[in-house]
Amino acid sequence: MQGKYLTPLGVFLLLVILFIAGLGLNPKEVPSPFVGQPAPDFSAPALNAADAAVSRADLQKAPVSLFNVWASWCTACRQEHPFLMELSRRGDVPIYGLNYKDERPAALAWLHRFGDPYVTSAFDQEGQIGIEWGVYGVPETFVVDRQGMVLYKHIGPLTPQVWEERIMPVIRQQTEGSR
Amino acid sequence: MLPELGHFALILALCVALVQGIVPLVGASRGIAPWVALARPAALAQFLFLALALGALVQAFIANDFSVLYVAQNSNTALPLPYRISATWGGHEGSLLLWGVMLGGWTAAVGLLSRRLPELMVARVIAILGLVSTGFLAFMLFTSNPFERLPIPPVEGRDLNPLLQDPGLVLHPPTLYMGYVGFSVAFAFAIAALLSGRLDAAWARWSRPWTIVAWSFLTVGIALGSWWAYYELGWGGWWFWDPVENASLLPWLVGTALMHSLAVSEKRSAFKSWTVLLAISAFSLSLLGTFLVRSGVLTSVHAFASDPTRGVFILILLAAVVGSSLLIYAVQAPKVKSTGQFKLVSRETLMLGNNIVLTVSAASVLLGTLYPLILDALGVGKISVGAPYFNTVFIPLMAPLAVAIGIGPLVRWKQDSPGRIVALLWRFMLISAVAAVLIPLLAYGNVTPLAALGVGLAVWLFLSALVDLRRRLTNKGWGGFLTQPPAYYGMVAGHLGVAATILGVTLTSNYSQERDVRMAPGDSVELGGYSFRFESLSEVPGPNYLASTAEFRVSRNEAEVAVLRPEKRQYMVQTMPMTEAGIDWGFSRDLYIALGESLDDGAWAVRLQYKPFIRWIWLGGLLMAFGGLLAAADRRYRLAAHQERTAMATPLNVPEVS
Amino acid sequence: MRQKQRNRLIIALFVVAGVAVAAGLVLTALNENINLFYSPTQVSQGEAPAGHTLRVGGIVAPGTVQRNPETLEVRFDLTDGANALTIRYRGILPDLFREGQGIVAQGRLGADGRFTADEVLAKHDENYMPPEVQDALHTAEKLGLVKEQE
Repeated sequence: MQGKYLTPLGVFLLLVILFIAGLGLNPKEVPSPFVGQPAPDFSAPALNAADAAVSRADLQKAPVSLFNVWASWCTACRQEHPFLMELSRRGDVPIYGLNYKDERPAALAWLHRFGDPYVTSAFDQEGQIGIEWGVYGVPETFVVDRQGMVLYKHIGPLTPQVWEERIMPVIRQQTEGSR
Repeated sequence: MLPELGHFALILALCVALVQGIVPLVGASRGIAPWVALARPAALAQFLFLALALGALVQAFIANDFSVLYVAQNSNTALPLPYRISATWGGHEGSLLLWGVMLGGWTAAVGLLSRRLPELMVARVIAILGLVSTGFLAFMLFTSNPFERLPIPPVEGRDLNPLLQDPGLVLHPPTLYMGYVGFSVAFAFAIAALLSGRLDAAWARWSRPWTIVAWSFLTVGIALGSWWAYYELGWGGWWFWDPVENASLLPWLVGTALMHSLAVSEKRSAFKSWTVLLAISAFSLSLLGTFLVRSGVLTSVHAFASDPTRGVFILILLAAVVGSSLLIYAVQAPKVKSTGQFKLVSRETLMLGNNIVLTVSAASVLLGTLYPLILDALGVGKISVGAPYFNTVFIPLMAPLAVAIGIGPLVRWKQDSPGRIVALLWRFMLISAVAAVLIPLLAYGNVTPLAALGVGLAVWLFLSALVDLRRRLTNKGWGGFLTQPPAYYGMVAGHLGVAATILGVTLTSNYSQERDVRMAPGDSVELGGYSFRFESLSEVPGPNYLASTAEFRVSRNEAEVAVLRPEKRQYMVQTMPMTEAGIDWGFSRDLYIALGESLDDGAWAVRLQYKPFIRWIWLGGLLMAFGGLLAAADRRYRLAAHQERTAMATPLNVPEVS
Repeated sequence: MRQKQRNRLIIALFVVAGVAVAAGLVLTALNENINLFYSPTQVSQGEAPAGHTLRVGGIVAPGTVQRNPETLEVRFDLTDGANALTIRYRGILPDLFREGQGIVAQGRLGADGRFTADEVLAKHDENYMPPEVQDALHTAEKLGLVKEQE
């Protein structure tokens, strides 16, 4: 008798578990075709010096580099920014930026106001480079190794949790493997 | 200054809600009279503070106070005043505040309008509602404060999403929320009854008017949403089985079952467990809908800000409310005994079928809505569930139900004979079947099985209502019309509303015609027997947009029927293009023109649609809601009159014993 | 008493049968109407089944949008950066459709490898999270400063 009255509660608890799992997922996430593949080559003017150029070769200077897609009009970028600043302070992994579909003055003002964690940023006003990299929106962060291979792509703001749980393992694997 | 007052009012409301939630509940179980008496005034006080808070927010919008972040995000000085006011509930924080105000409003109403109910019962109900309020207000204050300030106010706001700048937005969320929140009253009554261990006919009678009114509002809310999507989105569609739409349909389906189950519990003391569970489920589904829409677990064009923090909080709220109520149910329900007996062929059986079909259809819709999430969580992949799933599942469930709706009112309670029912109705079933084929054939020249099904069901519902009316008027003559209780007419209106909606859905789904064509000024296109001529194109500025307006002349057999002006608007601030359809509406058909994109050399991509009987869908909804209000009015009248008669019979005021 | 038990049994049988039918209906309909999502790269690698309704998402590759001047047929490429897929569609495109925009097309993959879309849906905005009130200062800046991309 008692059992059947507990059924609704039981069913509901299963639902709750489903929702907890669901909150951890991102329904807008699209698998990246580049993970494990060579990153597309590109060449673009630097954001803060139009005569300087940024290309994929820059991403291959260190064992592992981050390529972060950002824009001054992107609010979520503002959220991950303090953490990017922290990462750049730590100095383990260089961060390169892809300034996506933005205006130069606005982008520079944004960096000036909130800080510049990037070694340099590529200025992709038309979004062409973004298209080649399969960028669906901002912010996105790519992890690129010395051979120019994409190790990982993160969609959405970068958080310390994602860094520890998803990206660090990939980086460790890479640096250990290459020793 | 005012926003700070609003914020403060919210905090006060939370404190009152906390007291309101705990004190009367404890007082009721321990017999402390002053604590019990605290319930009503607390409810009123909470509502007052909430109303103040809402007033402060509305005033901030009216005054263009962009120092309030929420106002800056959703408004603009160029936004016309009515939309500045309705923008209050255009975003996440403001709509949450509206939810809270309505919850406070319903609670205060229970406090004011239930003088004749036992004090302990009312105190428990108000307390339970207070606990729910506490959860919502805490959620608001900790994660979604509408009064958050900007230290440096911007000169201009971001403007309201153009899609929401529409009369429909003014009405749709408030009516919808009135429905969602209204089910909390039935929920609170059910929990209060479970806690007291007494689930009798009186409880069912008290719950009924509250449930019916909430259901009526929800019906109007859903109908408004469908109508709004139709004319605002530019696609001519009226239902997309989108997760947010489903979130409103689920409580409606369960609420319909609840409404009918309460009637059985009151009249026949049967289905008590069912009714309690339905009452818990209806409000739970309202909360679930809130969770799905605001947490980001599902993608939807409707979805509000998706923030995992908020999602976690709402989930905790949902788990707490639903989990605890189902726990109370598990513990107390074994004590609830339904005493009403009934035979296999009886109205009770049909009502049971009603409960089951509505519950199963709700479960199916829920499954389809959650399936993408389930598969994603299991790592199977990213999928979406298409509309065909819902149609395939929903229609075969609704069809037998519609047949039963016609039979139900004519079947006796407790025991009836199949022979009597068949003898009464077989002729009308036959007529319905014939009409099912003839009417579409004559009106539209062809008939499909689905069209026949829908038309047949609509005719059947209409005829069976007439049979019932005739049966009631026998031996009474025309005067009989006036002696029927309002509840009867409520039922008739409700069921005829279903018939109208079925008819509208069937005819529109099966006989709509649509053409996407390329048209330049001077071109003419034929559709549905009408001729559409693209006369001219002009640029027209609006208050906060620039519109490309096309003028179309619609004629039939050479005679002009309408001049329509579909527009493509470019809104200044949000730089979003928007389509305003040109619609010639009528009872038997809508003519619908929407502009697509501008092609080269002055031509445009144009969508033309002929939609038969589409208005009947929403008129049916309005009729259903009207029926509900009629029925609810009846209950209270009877209750009041009964009380007066009792009071007159006994000159002393006997204090109520609980 | 036997009558009552028999009645209960009949009702129970009806209910079970009804629910079983409903469940069967639901599961069949579900299986047939799940639209799996594929990227252009997955399609090019042959992972997507032909003939079944599915969804493909990507960005409209610049310079690939072709409209037939007579009819409303349109052709464009969806790319995810690595591979592109040609989409054919007849009808009116959503308001937000343009080059570089994120798009989801729902339809069928033909034997010729081209995708015929029944529906084309545009992503609402490129922000992964709509405005968050993390830093009120930033929002104030943004509102006065930059044209919104949403």
